[in-house]
Amino acid sequence: MTGGTEYDVEELVARALDMRSYFGKKGGVTVSGGEPLLQSKQLIPLFKRLKEEGIHTNIDTNGRILNHFTKELLDDHADLVMLDIKHMTEEGYEYLTGMRNKETTFTFAKYREESGKPMWLRYVLIPGITNKPELLHALGEHFKDYRTIEKIEIQPYHKLGIHKWESLGWEYQLKDARENTPEEIEEATKILANYFKEVKIN
Amino acid sequence: MEVKQIKNGVRTENVNVRDFVFNNITPYHGTHEFLVGPSEKTQKLWDICKAATQEERLNNGVRSVDTETISTVSAFEAGYIDKENEVIVGLQTDELLKRTMKPFGGFKVVQKALSEQGVAPNENLTNLFSKYVKTHNDGVFDAYTSEIKKFRSLGFLTGLPDNYARGRIIGDYRRVALYGIDFLIASKKADLANITGPMSDAVIRLREEVSEQIKALKEMIELGAKYDLDLARPAQNAKEAVQWTYMAYLAAVKSQDGAAMSLGNVSTFLDIYIEKDLQEGLITEIEAQEYIDQFVMKLRMVRHLRMGAYDEIFAGDPTWVTEAIGGMFEDGRSKVTKTSFRFLNTLYNLGPSPEPNITILWSESLPQNFKDYCAKVAIDTSSIQFENDNLMRENRGSDDYGIACCVSYQALGKSIQFFGARTNLAKTLLLALNGGRCEFTGQQVVNGVPEYTDEYLDFDKVMANFKIAMKEVARVYNDSMNIIHYMHDKYYYEKAQMALIDTNPSINIAYGIAGLSIVADSLSAIKYAKVKPVRNEEGLTVDFEIEGEFPCYGNDDDRVDLLASQAVADFNNELKQLPVYKNAEPTMSVLTITSNVSYGKKTGATPDGRAHGVPFAPGANPMHGRDKNGAIASLNSVSKIDYKDSLDGISNTFSIVPKSLGSSEQDRIDNLATTLDGYFSRNAQHLNVNVLNKETLLDAMENPGEYPQLTIRVSGYAVNFVRLTKEQQMEVITRSFHESM
Repeated sequence: MTGGTEYDVEELVARALDMRSYFGKKGGVTVSGGEPLLQSKQLIPLFKRLKEEGIHTNIDTNGRILNHFTKELLDDHADLVMLDIKHMTEEGYEYLTGMRNKETTFTFAKYREESGKPMWLRYVLIPGITNKPELLHALGEHFKDYRTIEKIEIQPYHKLGIHKWESLGWEYQLKDARENTPEEIEEATKILANYFKEVKIN
Repeated sequence: MEVKQIKNGVRTENVNVRDFVFNNITPYHGTHEFLVGPSEKTQKLWDICKAATQEERLNNGVRSVDTETISTVSAFEAGYIDKENEVIVGLQTDELLKRTMKPFGGFKVVQKALSEQGVAPNENLTNLFSKYVKTHNDGVFDAYTSEIKKFRSLGFLTGLPDNYARGRIIGDYRRVALYGIDFLIASKKADLANITGPMSDAVIRLREEVSEQIKALKEMIELGAKYDLDLARPAQNAKEAVQWTYMAYLAAVKSQDGAAMSLGNVSTFLDIYIEKDLQEGLITEIEAQEYIDQFVMKLRMVRHLRMGAYDEIFAGDPTWVTEAIGGMFEDGRSKVTKTSFRFLNTLYNLGPSPEPNITILWSESLPQNFKDYCAKVAIDTSSIQFENDNLMRENRGSDDYGIACCVSYQALGKSIQFFGARTNLAKTLLLALNGGRCEFTGQQVVNGVPEYTDEYLDFDKVMANFKIAMKEVARVYNDSMNIIHYMHDKYYYEKAQMALIDTNPSINIAYGIAGLSIVADSLSAIKYAKVKPVRNEEGLTVDFEIEGEFPCYGNDDDRVDLLASQAVADFNNELKQLPVYKNAEPTMSVLTITSNVSYGKKTGATPDGRAHGVPFAPGANPMHGRDKNGAIASLNSVSKIDYKDSLDGISNTFSIVPKSLGSSEQDRIDNLATTLDGYFSRNAQHLNVNVLNKETLLDAMENPGEYPQLTIRVSGYAVNFVRLTKEQQMEVITRSFHESM
């Protein structure tokens, strides 16, 4: 990996402690990315220390890594996992992420389910790409019996990220995608509400 | 109805509103769902007010002025907005939004303000004030030393209340409703009889002051009579309680034009009357809200005559009708009542507004429903501010207090404060680098600071020089304050407010500093990077070359944050050594109002890399754009300043874009309420909250007509954004808008 700033575990713990008074009942530390699980091994001592301090730990991931470090995190150290489901088909995954990751992600979800610990799903709603009713039903059908899923968060697609891609000199893949209409968001919410305890729109 | 029959309420021999509230309050723990919208009458009145304020804005901020009458408690006949729809009556004059002359602060200021409107005071008055009548301003300048004048003209001391009224004194306006004025007069007469010899200066002065207070009380009865109200007796019901309280406040703003004239904390007091009338079925929620809406509407219509230059230090024509809401009693009960909610609800019923300056006394123990509602109102309107109730109550001793002006604790009816504006601490630091000379003119300002000629700045040497400069600036500052408050008492005594305060209240003198973040970052640069001053041929620093990195205040980095808190402690300690007029207790604030822009102009380049002329950050805020570690890190830095070193308040103005508080309304409410809990649990004192996108402000600059009520918190108060000058608007826009927590 390149870029970023290196921190010691204790430095990060100190920063978390410094912000603890703002956590309230629901707050804590969330690692996100990029993909935080690329650093699974290093996250173990961090999460151990945070747990020692009684701080809630959360991983925001797309679930494309499931090695023994990840498993230890999922089993023992992560109070919550927010798992990003990109699509319901391998083709969809490849189109959106350039990789055929569906199986890994779904195995990841299954693994977390078996740990019995809380998980939230996240799903980006892109008109014409991920919002088709059959995909949403497939999503619901696949996960409806998972006991660990507390809610699903829909993230309506928006174009605010385009400039980031452009500034990196990359070609933005979803140029033709448009933002959702309120009706489309409502429609998707309705479908998913059949399967999940809570559907939240971000 | 006798008030004492309410419950345990005893109208004791001594005036004691706090105990009345303590014994009769009905704390409310429910949600805001009981609230109702504005009544038809209220809407009709507010439409007239909106049209009038629009005319005012289009006419350069002044709708009409009176040039004939000196405004006093009983001056002017009754005035109405639209009599048949007014449930709560009373205007400062016989006409809505008319500004009046209150010349005892300074006649020249009145002349200037009028001449800017193309008019002049009546000839007789001009003659009288030019030849025979002396004002506060005349008195101050008779006594000022050349040294004070130099500090003032060079910009080391600014915004001093030497040509305008000092304000800040909060009458306990509830007293008129609870006791009626006859009782208050009798009580003051008894006090006067007990003020006996030997006749020292202090005793003579106090006898004269109490006599003046009694006259003011009699004038209040006359004021009431103009509106067919018998203020001599106590209020008998909810409507009268609101009306009587407003009349008492009106007496203050008719006779004084202090920069800040707070209301106190009336909501919970009024709730006792409202609750009783509701219980007895005399009124419904519609009337209850109507009283509060119309009261608040009147408070929004308070105006003072100001000259244009005043806008540089107090932008946007503020009046600081600060109303403190919430807080806890010392026995652990909440002071939140339904009327606390009703006051907040005016921001929906009448739309957002800077006035009254609603200040939530925040405690973690407040009912969660109230905390959530406050967070919601802050998010929806950017019109309210928050102060740490636990911190102030525990450190200052009373659970019945208001907020004077922006951030300052004041026990109601028991204490007052002397407003002290502020000194420019960043400019004081430059004295330390220039041998005590002004960085622009080269004039010797303070003596005893060694000439600094080294190529690079050395932290220890600079600190030693800075301490010498601080001591000298504190001395001159204290001299000026003593003169100002002596003269204000003598020539422009606040008899109407003081009549509603105990006869011998405790006093604190409210010194202040500006430029804290610049001082902290400058010291940090000197300590952690290499700073080379660029000097002109006179040896004055005109710029600084900085080699290397240094930590900036606002990133939760102790290396620099402790430099900030130490600077506050050091200057406060210097001030505490100095004796004050009337034995007032020295206290200090870190607060700039909007003068952070003009301070910037008056301060040369500073060692933190700030160029000459760049505005300061407001209050105790980190410098714009330098707090890069998110909102919480920025809050943490400010929270490290010890309240004990700055008992008059530590102002922090915080702007965050809505989406960084969360994606749903409930998330945003939860996160803001949790953030306030977090910030105040660290013993921070004050937070102004703006939840806005920069784009909204930019659009309002382009299309002001579409944003007549857009309100933004600036520094301990709020303004109508469209009433700011372009320059002030730009400064607000360049402030940090946190995009992440």
